[in-house]
Amino acid sequence: MAYHSQMTDSLSDMIACPKCDGLHRVPQVDIGAQARCVRCGTVLMAPREGAMTRIVMLSMTALILMIAAVFFPFLELSTHGLGRKSSVFDAILAFSDGLMLPLSFAVAALIVVLPITRFVALIYVFAPMALGWAPAKHARSVFKFAEHIRPWAMAEVFIIGVAVALVKVAGLAQVTLGPAFWAFVGLVIITVLKDNFMCRVTVWQTLNARSPS
Amino acid sequence: MSGDGMANAERAQPVLTARAAGLVGCAECGHVYQLGTETCTVCGKRLVSRDMTSLQRVWAWLFAGMVVYIPANVYPMLRTTTFGNTQESTIVGGVFELMDHGSYGVALIVFFASVIIPVSKFIAIAYLAIRIQRGKPGTASHFHLYEVVEFIGRWSMIDVFVVAILSALVQLNFVASINPGIAAVSFALSVAFTMISANSFDPRLIWDAPEGKPV
Ligand SMILES: [Zn+2]
Ligand SMILES: [Zn+2]
Repeated sequence: MAYHSQMTDSLSDMIACPKCDGLHRVPQVDIGAQARCVRCGTVLMAPREGAMTRIVMLSMTALILMIAAVFFPFLELSTHGLGRKSSVFDAILAFSDGLMLPLSFAVAALIVVLPITRFVALIYVFAPMALGWAPAKHARSVFKFAEHIRPWAMAEVFIIGVAVALVKVAGLAQVTLGPAFWAFVGLVIITVLKDNFMCRVTVWQTLNARSPS
Repeated sequence: MSGDGMANAERAQPVLTARAAGLVGCAECGHVYQLGTETCTVCGKRLVSRDMTSLQRVWAWLFAGMVVYIPANVYPMLRTTTFGNTQESTIVGGVFELMDHGSYGVALIVFFASVIIPVSKFIAIAYLAIRIQRGKPGTASHFHLYEVVEFIGRWSMIDVFVVAILSALVQLNFVASINPGIAAVSFALSVAFTMISANSFDPRLIWDAPEGKPV
């Protein structure tokens, strides 16, 4: 599908790979298949059956799990007859004194605020389209923003951090996993599933095709 | 028809780029316009064939990330108090502690996330930026190096989260308490700065041949 011949087609029939600038003719791609850039292998198109509905459902589930994960007890620690339950909220407030305060904000942003913002943004963009309506107002800017904050939503990195922390306190005290821990694990799995349904270029093409004007 | 599997068929031929065809492609959504068009009508992004200012940003953020990585390793990351005795441990010290407890797997994860990944990221980003500045055309392996760097950066945040969780969880007054050290802040900053540096890259620059000096 590389584009080598003279430019007789109109520009809208072509696509330039965002990662390497390789010029391609927009291919016909079957549902479930994907087209990759011949030069760098970046996925250019990956239409999926009911992708929008699935993204909306998964984002909503993730949102509910996140609320549970933040406020239910996350881990419980006990030793020498002393016990302490802590939630994700407590982990965020761990840095709340003095110099460490900015770090508190950063942790809150990375593990809670940005993931939630991303889920809400994706629901806003995809829900009207999943229902067959025209895209919501400013859907393009909202989607661009959602893609922009993607690397900064670190729920899955946090889970590995929890695992390491558990090993570190294992010698010091007994640790029990709370319900919020499992909510968080579910959240991570759903986030990975959801991102697999999303191909950026395909989403832009759909947004463009469905927009009025 | 799927494009899968066709990748090998045309690898030998040089690929026509949008720039060589006198066009400009959108770095966000891939739509193609005549060179000189200002903004993308599909996604609203400003159109540039090659973002030459990106290298300045790459270097600036990379340098900032390297500078704050030094205090991150010198100062303590964790302050552990058990029965009145306070112990401070640095990033590398924490790795040795885990090994002393026999948790070699976890020690390896922390060592990778906090030392190997940040340092290799500094080297990889600098290497790619220098190549671009010398006008050397890159290959698919240079691009994959960039993809790995871009993907892996966020995983370095693990140790910061470990400190946050431990500090929240282990607050048992006299028996045991864990508090964050100043290195937690500088390490978090280092990871963030290097992520911004990697994200500032315009990957299209990696491929360019010397004769294709940006228009
Ligand atoms: Zn490409
Ligand atoms: Zn665009």
